[in-house]
Amino acid sequence: MMQDDRVIVCEKLTKRFGDFVATNEITFDVHRGEIFGFLGANGAGKTTAMRMLCGLSSPSSGKATIAGFDVYTQTEQIKKHIGYMSQKFSLYENLTVRENIEFFGGIYGLSDERIRSKTAELLQRLGLKSEANKLVASLPLGWKQKLSFSVAVLHEPKIVFLDEPTGGVDPVTRRQFWDMIYEAANSGITVFVTTHYMDEAEYCNRISIMVDGRMEVLDTPANLKSSFHARSMDEVFYQLARGAKRGD
Amino acid sequence: MKQFLAFVRKEFYHVLRDRRTLLILFGMPIAQILIFGFALTNEVKDSEILVVDYAKDNASQELLTKIGSSRYFNIRQAALSHNEILSTFRKGKIKAVVVFPAHFNEDLLHQNKAQVQIITDASDVNTANMVTNYLSSIIVDYQNQINANLEIPYRITPEVRMLYNPQLKGAHGFVPGVMALVLLLVSVMMTAISIVREKETGTMEILLVSPFKPVLVIFAKAFPYLALSLVNVTAILLLSVFVLDLPVKGSVALLFAESTLFIITCLALGIFISIKTSSQQVAMLISLMGMLLPTIMFSGFLFPIENMPLPLQVISNIVPSKWFYIIVKSIMIKGLGLAALWRETLILLGMTLFLLLVSLKSFKIRLQ
Repeated sequence: MMQDDRVIVCEKLTKRFGDFVATNEITFDVHRGEIFGFLGANGAGKTTAMRMLCGLSSPSSGKATIAGFDVYTQTEQIKKHIGYMSQKFSLYENLTVRENIEFFGGIYGLSDERIRSKTAELLQRLGLKSEANKLVASLPLGWKQKLSFSVAVLHEPKIVFLDEPTGGVDPVTRRQFWDMIYEAANSGITVFVTTHYMDEAEYCNRISIMVDGRMEVLDTPANLKSSFHARSMDEVFYQLARGAKRGD
Repeated sequence: MKQFLAFVRKEFYHVLRDRRTLLILFGMPIAQILIFGFALTNEVKDSEILVVDYAKDNASQELLTKIGSSRYFNIRQAALSHNEILSTFRKGKIKAVVVFPAHFNEDLLHQNKAQVQIITDASDVNTANMVTNYLSSIIVDYQNQINANLEIPYRITPEVRMLYNPQLKGAHGFVPGVMALVLLLVSVMMTAISIVREKETGTMEILLVSPFKPVLVIFAKAFPYLALSLVNVTAILLLSVFVLDLPVKGSVALLFAESTLFIITCLALGIFISIKTSSQQVAMLISLMGMLLPTIMFSGFLFPIENMPLPLQVISNIVPSKWFYIIVKSIMIKGLGLAALWRETLILLGMTLFLLLVSLKSFKIRLQ
């Protein structure tokens, strides 16, 4: 039964750029509805790995399936079943909230009716009803990030990839943001999240930490802390990252 | 298809909400046409013309009265030698000189044909052209008037001489020139900038992760600019016909077809630039320096290519605007059809296909 439940299966996934091995034989599984923290210092190979998993970049070697689809041959299928939110705010500033929702619903091929009901539901849930026809540029950053996330899961993907989603956001909004992540996970969406905030790492079901292109550890936050004799995730991260040879 | 439409709609929102973009899009062609138009089109009204009448007979007097009575010309008479005519022109006040040969009336009566010489200062091409046209039509008018009750018609042939610029380079050339410039600016620069902007803001990444095909992203981004460019072509043509009185002699449909081809050439260029650059400023600079300058220099719009050194003449051949300029000029001013322009059209088509292939190819490479 475990087999059916895995939405990301990675085996010795590797990406080389010439002599440089950006991602070195990473192997891991992520289960349905899991919140999977993908940690690592800058330059550790997180972005490259994530690009391969999203079907944006073709691996050099190794195997991986996303929602059951192969990363080499079925990237089109993968793209239909994943959502993505990048560290940069990536909605259109000079479109209104409603237009952004309609646009992303449109390019994911949602029916007009579904877009309409989704838009209403989303505006209701985010409390943005009165802002629906305002340009996104006029919203505060916290709202923008929440809207971004909602748009990323608009088409009800199996997995959503969040690339440092809470950068620059205040603690209260971050907390609210994580509430949304939990909600999504409860509804069965698998959340694959990278972050530099170690308190956020504690919110994840399991964490992996990448160092120099390799996946050094993979476990629950509690297990990691006990095996590293650390009081917090911060300490775990420092112990691992200290050994890194690559940096910015 | 529905996805494509959603995308195109979004692009239109972008364009229509950005005041500066709109200003460039629609303000520029209008301003350029009007500036170029009125800077180059001089009113012919009350032009000073000098008459050298060696005949001084009935016919010449009658024709002179006719010319003088029109509101276009102020006549001064003088008996000048050829050299004196040239030196008067150099002073720049005279727009044209009309010379009646001796025996004008006699030639007309006995040989049924006579000649009038019209010499104009063609350094100002438009004025020269217009003065000549007005004078010729007055002469034809006179000819018809005296022929009204004759069996064997008299013929007065105006012998036109354009001083300083006999080939009339640049005549009316500014409308096709402005058209090439505007389309280039809108299609190359705007497309490049709008694609690069998505890269800069990170939305490109989101689009690439979506199931929307990358190639379609490019086409959907280029499409609104194709539409807007065609609106621009229409605006320029309307302005040139109704404001500048420059009619389209050839087929309007052909003109639009050729414009569409050129717009696609430009879009392909814009896409190529956008793939190779990653900031809006760089994209804009390359579009301006790399596309606008060559168009101004090498299209033949402002500087006659024939007068350039050979290496530059050779270089001018790779500038797409040169071919578009030739095509538009031929259709608008000479009234030529596709039969006469297939070579230029083919060259432009070749360039378009080449650019499209190169940009799509480099786009794919970048995706990896």
